[in-house]
Amino acid sequence: MVNTKVTLSGLTLDNPVIPASGTFGYGYEFAELYDINILGSFSFKGTTKEPRFGNPTPRIAECPSGMINSVGLQNPGIDKVISEELPKLRKCFHKPVIANISGFSVDEYAYCCERIDKEEQVGIIEVNVSCPNVHHGGMSFGTSPEAAAEVTRAVKAVTTKPVYIKLSPNVTDIVSIAKACEDAGADGISLINTMMGMRIDLKTKRPVIANKMGGFSGKAIFPIAVRMVYQVAEAVKVPVIGMGGVSSAEDVIEMMLAGATAVQVGAANLVEPFACKNIIEDLPRVMERYGITDLNDIIGGARK
Amino acid sequence: MKQSIYTIKINQHLTDQVLKMVLAGDTSAITAPGQFINIKLDGFFLRRPISVCDYDEKTITILYKIVGKGTEYLSTLPAGKTLDILTGLGNGYDTAKSGQKPLLIGGGVGVPPMYRLAKDLLAEGKKPSVILGFNTKEEAFYIEEFKALGIPVHVATADGSLGTKGFVTDVVKTMENYTYFYTCGPEPMLKALSDVTVTSGQLSFEERMGCGFGACMGCSCETKYGTKRICKDGPVLEKEEIKW
Ligand SMILES: Cc1cc2nc3c(=O)[nH]c(=O)nc-3n(C[C@H](O)[C@H](O)[C@H](O)COP(=O)(O)OP(=O)(O)OC[C@H]3O[C@@H](n4cnc5c(N)ncnc54)[C@H](O)[C@@H]3O)c2cc1C
Ligand SMILES: Cc1cc2nc3c(=O)[nH]c(=O)nc-3n(C[C@H](O)[C@H](O)[C@H](O)COP(=O)(O)O)c2cc1C
Ligand code: FES
Repeated sequence: MVNTKVTLSGLTLDNPVIPASGTFGYGYEFAELYDINILGSFSFKGTTKEPRFGNPTPRIAECPSGMINSVGLQNPGIDKVISEELPKLRKCFHKPVIANISGFSVDEYAYCCERIDKEEQVGIIEVNVSCPNVHHGGMSFGTSPEAAAEVTRAVKAVTTKPVYIKLSPNVTDIVSIAKACEDAGADGISLINTMMGMRIDLKTKRPVIANKMGGFSGKAIFPIAVRMVYQVAEAVKVPVIGMGGVSSAEDVIEMMLAGATAVQVGAANLVEPFACKNIIEDLPRVMERYGITDLNDIIGGARK
Repeated sequence: MKQSIYTIKINQHLTDQVLKMVLAGDTSAITAPGQFINIKLDGFFLRRPISVCDYDEKTITILYKIVGKGTEYLSTLPAGKTLDILTGLGNGYDTAKSGQKPLLIGGGVGVPPMYRLAKDLLAEGKKPSVILGFNTKEEAFYIEEFKALGIPVHVATADGSLGTKGFVTDVVKTMENYTYFYTCGPEPMLKALSDVTVTSGQLSFEERMGCGFGACMGCSCETKYGTKRICKDGPVLEKEEIKW
C-alpha cells in the first residue's frame, strides 16, 4: 500500500490531484461522468465581485501540445456563486473546495475573499493575481512584488482560512514575487497561471483570438512550470501547489519532486474529461514503479 | 455525454473537399438531431467538433469538409482505424415546435444535421421540405440522399450551376405556408435567414471550442435569455433569443 495523502495548511487531501480553476467549471459537467469525490479537492472558476461575460469570441486557439484561452474570467459574480453555484456544488462534491478569486482592485479582492471565507465548503482561498490592476495602469498585480504583497495583506486581514496566492509566470523574477507574498502572510503559493501567447490565422492573416493574445497552457508549458515550481519551492517555506501542463501521474510525481505539495490539472481536463480520474487511478501504480511508498517523502526531492 | 472508442467503417470523398465517415461504436449518448461529436486526433491538442448527420444503434455518420490540418488528417484515415470520441454533445433541435410543414435549410457543411432532423420529423408524421445551399455544383453533396427520404428538395448554388442561382434565402422567399424553420450553416446565412423567415425557428451556431462539453466557457455567447455556451446550451438557439 502506498500513501497518497498530502496536507496543505492543515487540510488533508486523499491525493494531491486538483482540477485547476477555469477548466472544471463548478464541477457538475464532470460529476455526470464520474464521482468527483475521488479528487483531492478542486479549484472552481475564477470569481469576481461583479458578473462578467468575459472577452469576445473566438476565445480559444489550438497550439502544438497546448491551447490558448482568452475566456476573460467569465463568471456569475460572487453573489450568485454563493447563492446558486455553491449549493449545487455541495450536492456533487463533499470535500472542501478551493475558492479561486480574482479582482481588479485591492478592495475587490478583499471584498470577495471576506465573503467566500464564510462559506463552509471552502477549504482554501486561492487568490489569482494575474488580472490587470485597473488602478495602476492595467499592469497585472502579479507582476510586481509590492502589488502582490498588497493584495495578500488585504486578503489576510479579512479572512480566517488559508490563503494561497496564484502567480503568473509572465514575469522576470517569480521568486521575488513569491517571497513578497510569503512575507505578507500568504499561507501558500499556487503556480503557474497561463503564459501569454498568440496565434495568427494564415487564411485571414489576423490573430485567431478576438482579443489578439491569450493564456497559453497545456502539456507544452510543463517544463517551464516544473522550473518555476522548483525555484519558488526552494525559496519559500509555505507549501506550493504546482500546475502547468500536468497530464499524467508521472507529471504529478515530477511536479512534487520539484517541490509541490499538491498538483493542479488544467487544460488536460478539457480534451480528456477523465484526465484527473485516470491520473488518480494510475498514481499508486506509478509510485510503485518508481519505488515511492509515501508521496510526502518526495516533495522537493529533486533539490536534495 | 459519453467518451468511447469508435472504428472507422467508411471514410470516402463525396466531393473534392467533403467526406463521409461512418463510425461504429456506442451511440447511446445521442438524444437529438443537431447534436455533435468531438473527435480526438493524434498529434492535435484540441478535439474537432463535427455534427451528427445520422446514427443508428451501432453507427454514427458524419460529413466533414477539409478546411485545415485536423480535417485533412481525418481525411487520410483508413477504415479499421479507431478514434477516441465524445458523443451526445449539445442540445440539438427540438422537433416538438415544428408544426406540420417545417422548412429545413442547410448551407455547405451545415447540411449534415438536416438529414437526421428530416428523418425524425418524418417519423413524427410531419412534412418537412429542405433547401440545400452550395457555392457550386461541384461542391454539392447529399442531394440524392435527401431525395430518397421522399421529401421536397430545393437546391441553390451561388453560381447557378445547379438549382436556383443565388442563396438559400432566395428560395425561402418563394416558399409559402411553412410552419417553422430549422437551419445550420455559416453565420451570415443564419442572419439573413433570421431576417427573411416569417415564422420562428431554430438556428445552429459554430464557435471555436476548448472542451465541447461546458467546462471552459470558451464558446460563450450573449443571448436575450442570458449568457449561453454554444457547446452545452447550444449549438441550437431559437430565433427570438439571438442577439445579432
Ligand atoms: C458544433 C459544431 C458542429 C460542426 N459540424 C461540422 C460538420 O458537420 N462538418 C464540418 O465539416 N464541419 C463542422 N464544424 C466545423 C469543424 O469543427 C471545423 O471545420 C474543424 O474543427 C476544423 O479543423 P481543422 O483542424 O481542419 O482546421 P484548423 O483551422 O486547422 O483548426 C484550428 C482550430 O480551429 C478550430 N476551428 C476551425 N474552424 C472551426 C469552425 N468552423 N468551427 C469551430 N472550430 C473551428 C478547430 O477545431 C481547431 O481547434 C462544426 C463546428 C462546430 C462548432
Ligand atoms: C480555459 C481556461 C480558463 C482558466 N481560467 C482561470 C481562472 O478563472 N482563474 C485562474 O486562476 N486560472 C485560470 N486558468 C489557468 C489554470 O487554472 C492553470 O493555472 C493554467 O491553465 C496552467 O495549467 P494547465 O497547463 O494544466 O492548463 C484557466 C485556464 C484555462 C485553460
Ligand atoms: S467549449 Fe468549453 S464551454 Fe463550450
